[in-house]
Amino acid sequence: MRRRKRSHVRPVLESMAAPTLSILFLIAWQVAVPLAGLSDFILPTPWQIIRRIVVDYRLILSDSLITLVETLVGFAIAAVSGVALALAIFYSRIFERAVYPLLVAMQTIPKVALAPLLVLYLGYGFAPKCFLALLLAFFPIVISTVVGLQALDKAMVDLVRSMGANEWQTFYKIRLPAALPNIFGGLKVGISLAVIGAVIGEYVAAERGLGYLQLQAGSQFDTTLSFAAMIVIAFIGIVLFWLLDLGERKAVFRREPAK
Amino acid sequence: MTSYPASTRGHGVGVVIENTSKVYELRDGSDLLALDRVDSRIEPGEFVAIVGPSGCGKSTLLSLVAGLLPPTTGRILIDGEEVKRPHPKVGVVFQTDLLLYWRTILDNILLPIEIKGRRRHKYAARADELLDQVGLKGFGGKYPSELSGGMRQRAAICRALVQEPELLLMDEPFGALDALTREQMISDLQTMWLAVNNTLVFITHSIEEAVFLADRVLVMSPRPGRIDLDRRIEIERPRNWKSRIEPKFIGYTTEIRAIFEAEGVLSKQ
Repeated sequence: MRRRKRSHVRPVLESMAAPTLSILFLIAWQVAVPLAGLSDFILPTPWQIIRRIVVDYRLILSDSLITLVETLVGFAIAAVSGVALALAIFYSRIFERAVYPLLVAMQTIPKVALAPLLVLYLGYGFAPKCFLALLLAFFPIVISTVVGLQALDKAMVDLVRSMGANEWQTFYKIRLPAALPNIFGGLKVGISLAVIGAVIGEYVAAERGLGYLQLQAGSQFDTTLSFAAMIVIAFIGIVLFWLLDLGERKAVFRREPAK
Repeated sequence: MTSYPASTRGHGVGVVIENTSKVYELRDGSDLLALDRVDSRIEPGEFVAIVGPSGCGKSTLLSLVAGLLPPTTGRILIDGEEVKRPHPKVGVVFQTDLLLYWRTILDNILLPIEIKGRRRHKYAARADELLDQVGLKGFGGKYPSELSGGMRQRAAICRALVQEPELLLMDEPFGALDALTREQMISDLQTMWLAVNNTLVFITHSIEEAVFLADRVLVMSPRPGRIDLDRRIEIERPRNWKSRIEPKFIGYTTEIRAIFEAEGVLSKQ
């Protein structure tokens, strides 16, 4: 059952691989820019970007909060409605037949193209950004949840039915726990997309938010601030993803299914 | 499995299978007759083995008795009561262990207790006792992935026994195990059954397994499933490996083999 013995060095190397690569990349970037004779107007160095984030932290922080709230509201609605729709699709054949193709068709529409229309319908405020975040996060959550719910072995259902389980117990005791890894997979993809949705909304029409900040910086040829905004956007995405990963570790039993 | 205390002694329930057929509707709209007018009666406390080739409907018959499928014609009575849904006095052991990987062995064994809405703590001691009896003492806190295939199937048997079923249905429970583990499990099952003495219906495709274990062997024909032979096995218990070389044992297996040869399931040698 046990895996081949490994040296103690390898796990350390594996956990260090990503940070090491990132640092090497940043160093290369830092060194290459002056060597190539690029001005900060074309490409700022990592150090210039970090300094800019520190200097303008008030501005960046207030815009970050806006983007964060838009992302979280959109994502929360997508998570709740996405899981609910997945349950409806799973438990109702009619629903599956009616909604599933529509959902897939909807997915082929480029959401970015919807952004100007959403501004037209929902105005300049929070609403269109939240809605775009929702729209982008929704699909992977629904699909992953449906796949997770369908993954349960038919024999497992027979087992609990033979014990006298009703539909609710079957769901609660075995189907939901078995689907959790897939549900979290969908949520993790969803949260990354929700950040993108909110920022796209801000690109189109906004007076606040990191997308707006980046756009403003770009129009003023302030490339360093533009990069700073971009990096904070990525940072928000990474932190939210990581928080969900942490939640998954708490909620989901990570051990492999017995083979 | 060694000795069972008297408290675990159940009183088996009888099963009556009356003119039972099962027709499956296939996707292309055609019908498949899986089980053709089966009649049988299983006495309380009897150990009955059903042996037949793959696809003969023996698993279907078990699902009908378990109340997981409705029969197309006929009816099945457990303890004089027609089966409409899974009967509370029945425990089922499936081909694979079907342990939930996110639950410990103890929590898996107590699953039927939770589902029936009974108090867990009243059965925890019983679960420990069962684990002890199947040689899994101290494994209650482990997870299924930490156990071997044989150990997991033993745990699955404990799960079926924790509610003290008066009828135990086993659907090729040792089919996925290696030959040595299988032989030990067969011997242990006999010991367990002699102690509990509930009614046991055991599905297998092994002639030797059926003859070794059962009071009665029902031989099923290939599709559509019918009972071709109902043979009482008169070999003293407890049976051991020496029973397998007794002339009587060889006589029973030869008789059953002859039926499969006549049906073309096995070729004549």
